[in-house]
Amino acid sequence: MTRRVPVAVASACLAFALTACGGAATTDSAAAPATLDANADLSKQSLTISIWDGYSPKDLPERVKAKLGFDTKVAIHDTNETIVAKLTAGGDSGIDVAFVSGQYAQALNAQGLLEPLHADLIPNLENLYPEAAQLAYDKGNTFSVPYTWGTTGLCYRSDLVKTPPTSWNDLLDPPAELKKKITMMTTERWLALPALKVLGASVNTTDQAVLDKAKEMLLKVKPDLLAYDDTTFGDRLKSGEAVLVEAWDGWCPTEEKNIEFVVPSEGSDLWADTMVILKSSENKEAAHAFINYILDPEVHGWVAENILYKIPNKAAMDALDPKLLESYPALAQPPAELLKGESLIDLGEASTAFTRLSTEVSAAQ
Amino acid sequence: MTGRPSVVAVRRAAGRLATLGPGFGFLTVFLLFPLALVLSYTVFRRGRFGGVVYEPTGENFARLADPLYLDVVAGSVKLAVLTTLLALLLGYPTAYMIAKLPAKWKVIALVAVVLPFWTNFLIRTYAWIVLLNSEGLVNSGLKALGLGPVELLYTDGAIVAGLLYAYLPLMILPLYSAIERLDPSLREASANLGARPARTFWSVTLPLSLPGVLTGCVFVFVPSLGNFVIPELLGGGRRIMVGNLIRDQFLKARDWPFGSVLALAVIAVLVLLLFAQAWAARRAGRDA
Repeated sequence: MTRRVPVAVASACLAFALTACGGAATTDSAAAPATLDANADLSKQSLTISIWDGYSPKDLPERVKAKLGFDTKVAIHDTNETIVAKLTAGGDSGIDVAFVSGQYAQALNAQGLLEPLHADLIPNLENLYPEAAQLAYDKGNTFSVPYTWGTTGLCYRSDLVKTPPTSWNDLLDPPAELKKKITMMTTERWLALPALKVLGASVNTTDQAVLDKAKEMLLKVKPDLLAYDDTTFGDRLKSGEAVLVEAWDGWCPTEEKNIEFVVPSEGSDLWADTMVILKSSENKEAAHAFINYILDPEVHGWVAENILYKIPNKAAMDALDPKLLESYPALAQPPAELLKGESLIDLGEASTAFTRLSTEVSAAQ
Repeated sequence: MTGRPSVVAVRRAAGRLATLGPGFGFLTVFLLFPLALVLSYTVFRRGRFGGVVYEPTGENFARLADPLYLDVVAGSVKLAVLTTLLALLLGYPTAYMIAKLPAKWKVIALVAVVLPFWTNFLIRTYAWIVLLNSEGLVNSGLKALGLGPVELLYTDGAIVAGLLYAYLPLMILPLYSAIERLDPSLREASANLGARPARTFWSVTLPLSLPGVLTGCVFVFVPSLGNFVIPELLGGGRRIMVGNLIRDQFLKARDWPFGSVLALAVIAVLVLLLFAQAWAARRAGRDA
């Protein structure tokens, strides 16, 4: 999943150059959790975190220094794939805390790369909704703490669409007047999602027969699409170039008078971006203190206010300006509602089936 | 005579090392070594999270024959060939005219050709979106005339336009240097012997500028084939080219070995083309 990066493609070029070098994935057997000292002198530690660009306050290192007394270096990654490649490249990546999507946290943990969380060092966990501990990729938050969460739905121009969409079929089988005015996402799991949901299948399905059916549906709608778009669909709606797009909730510009967001009746996914601590970290006390600091309602609330993503922090959400929730109704979606969405999990080797599907759909002419 | 190398020979060797060393060292570290790395990845299995697992396999090469990927390659070659031909058609007359300009204007014209390179590639590509989209400048103009809107953006045509725009200077510059170098007395001789200008062009100028034509074609074809930004931005992701396929293997599919195979295939094509170009240029030079 890409993030609010203005020119994602530019950084993708760079990332391509960077990932071209690297080593093999190593599998460490899960060692026992480290014994951590709750009274450790944090000022003797220092932290390197890796996060998407613009996904945390610019002055975070200064604020952490003032509050907790240690230095923080911020590394930037542009995709989950980039950071996972870096963390699995063998040796010490030098990163203490990484921000990755839930299914990637699961994959990292399966490789034994993550430190089990010491809940007693993160008292602010109690600020989270109880639902935040029920995410399928890590029930009970044993190795990850959700930073943001959300879902995928339809973002549309209420003034240019005759009947408000309610179903993924409105996207996959569009009426004549919407043809060439709709976009779908191209990242594989979200490309397949609308079709899988119409078929009544799981977003985590590995059943090839279901994926083949989904492919047929996606190929059928391809000629009617304006484009495949993961990053600029909001602008397209604003300009009227597109009138109906598949969108992540936080990316739908509902502050515009005529733009609305809806989760289709067939259901959708539940994605989460999480914070994890690397087993290789030599600053685990500082890492825990950092996560605890992020979960402070005032700090965590920054994300909802500035990135417009929902956050699993009840205390922070309750403190949000009601006006903000009014302009961004998607932010106000209650956690119980959100949890009806299906949590994306890592599919292991079966993920190649999704890759093939997305290549087949994009290659078809 | 002793067996010891003379002072002169040692100095000469030291001089060679000092002049050639840094360049070759740079190439070894940043070209040969990465190439060897790419080459070695092709024979191993993919790691689940990127990277490779060191178990030998021939599968990665076998996948090249998969019709799915062959279709992508065929489609990319089609667009790259089209781009190259259009670049030649547009570039030759331009280069020819520049070569005939007075010296002062030559410089200005050449700067004008290179000038777009000073602007960021992505910004130039986004400008095409502004021009071509259904609410864009071209379609607004057409609408004002009571025509359109015409579907311009997110088509193969838009991709070719973007590639052509990006790489046309790479066609013009080698052509210009080939044409500019021609001895004017050859053309004068042709005219003196009674050839009309068209005949002079076909029998003298064009054959002699052939090495430039070939260089320009290779320079345009190769990056067109490998480009992945333009198909994404101007093609709307509805068409993928070899470049996209390679990028996706590394950044999305986490399949470095297959990505390496694809990258190597493109490099092999490039090397073959360069050899063909060098061979043809030498032949053209000998015939002249």
